[in-house]
Amino acid sequence: MNWAEFFAMNGYAFYVWGSYGVAFLVFLVEIMLVRNRRKKALRNLRLMRDEMGENRTGEAA
Amino acid sequence: MAINWFKYSAPTTFYGLAGKLIPFFAWPAAVLFVVGLYIGFFVAPTDAVQSEAYRIMFIHVPASILSMFIYLIMAGYAALGLIFKTRLSAMMAQALAPTGALFAFISLWTGALWGKPMWGAWWVWDARLTSELILLFLYLGFIALQASIDDPRRADRAGALLAIVGSVNVPIIYFSVKWWNTLHQGSTIKFTGTSMHIAMQHAMLAVLAACWLYAIAVSLARVRSIILEREANTQWVNALEEVRQ
Amino acid sequence: MNKLSLFGLLGLVVRRDLLLAMRRRADVLTTLIFFVMVVSLFPLGVGPEPEMLRKMSSGVLWVAALLASMLSLPRMFSADYLDGTLEQMMLAPQSLTMLVLGKIAAHWMLSGLPLVLIAPVLGLQFDMSPQALWMLVLVLLLGTPVLSMIGAIGAALTLGLRGGGVLVSLLVLPLCIPVLIFGTGAVEAVNSGMSVVSNLSFLGAFLLFALVFSPFVAAQALRISME
Repeated sequence: MNWAEFFAMNGYAFYVWGSYGVAFLVFLVEIMLVRNRRKKALRNLRLMRDEMGENRTGEAA
Repeated sequence: MAINWFKYSAPTTFYGLAGKLIPFFAWPAAVLFVVGLYIGFFVAPTDAVQSEAYRIMFIHVPASILSMFIYLIMAGYAALGLIFKTRLSAMMAQALAPTGALFAFISLWTGALWGKPMWGAWWVWDARLTSELILLFLYLGFIALQASIDDPRRADRAGALLAIVGSVNVPIIYFSVKWWNTLHQGSTIKFTGTSMHIAMQHAMLAVLAACWLYAIAVSLARVRSIILEREANTQWVNALEEVRQ
Repeated sequence: MNKLSLFGLLGLVVRRDLLLAMRRRADVLTTLIFFVMVVSLFPLGVGPEPEMLRKMSSGVLWVAALLASMLSLPRMFSADYLDGTLEQMMLAPQSLTMLVLGKIAAHWMLSGLPLVLIAPVLGLQFDMSPQALWMLVLVLLLGTPVLSMIGAIGAALTLGLRGGGVLVSLLVLPLCIPVLIFGTGAVEAVNSGMSVVSNLSFLGAFLLFALVFSPFVAAQALRISME
């Protein structure tokens, strides 16, 4: 398998790898953003719980 | 064993279920990506007309299909939320929107990078790419509207109305753009000349399935955060393991 | 029972909105001036070549009409929303859909119709032929009501929100694209000698479709925003 040829993609390397590169970048960014959102939500919940003290009773679900 | 589906329409039970389901979608997605791209790059032959550049198709087409599919699902959830007043349906719609928008973006980006070597310009106003751009605008409008409304109930219902109006318009917009395109004799992006080699079909299907599973996994993860945000004042949320740490 | 028939209600709402608008003539004029200014910007931006301007003319005029309509949309409901009249309207036993239709009609008369009337003058700036000018007036006449109707849905959804006119535009512009396409298509068909029938039929279809559905949808949007 000639790797150099493979990466060159017959001269279209920029377009092919530019496409897949950005696509995977988007997936990665999305996953990171979702993770961060969850962390932020949990952090806020803990903050609220700490503020209210341990005997906090919430509304019924 | 009858499954009580309605049990899962409450955020309380769905939160746990979603969490357990995510790996069952995420891992197969990753595997299918690898398989699909392997077939697409190493098994599928070089195209006679488009040389190696056609391989962009394996990500461009699934992204396009997903962006449209997700919009319909999102509008469907939004409609359910509006009709049955189920909070979780509205939350799912909210969770799907960013994923759909990002797929639309990928479709546009890869479409441009495919267009440049093939048709000479970064942006060819062909019917499908233009419709995709408008779809992105519809997503952004939905997200912007929900972001501008503080009251969650109003945000859900306003977003739902917008999504439904949008979905009714999507076929009209697509048809109008197609008509506009033929009038101005724009280029039509054809995929490969005649029939697709069987390996290309396999690769495309594998990546399509991978994207679909990925979308489900990410949306489930996002809806969990949305549930945590919106149900912050409830007892069950504060009793969760993650929060009690 | 109600002595007021549905059409009586319509007339009442339209007359009221027109009267209120006449007391603040500036609002109506600013939309018109915006339209004229935007249209004039394009030649300044792309150069005065008559050939190119003629090609661009229908598109420029339509886009400017779209933008001018968007600008005036928040006004449809905001004044009544702010002083509580809208709430009263919603509590009234009369059909909210009809009320909204009346408001849309008034809005069109104040924002859309002036554009239709002044467009031919601006079209001359772009060296449009007489036939093209006639067609332009016709398509704007068919299309601007649709813009007001789709816009009403956007205005109702964004009632009282911070984003204001920009947010409404973001929501409404993509939905107006078909009108834009067939509106400009008709004018260009005239210029190139092709049949205008298909374009006009689509515009007519949009008008009817919007007329039937948008007042009801906008009324629902108002209920959502006002709860």
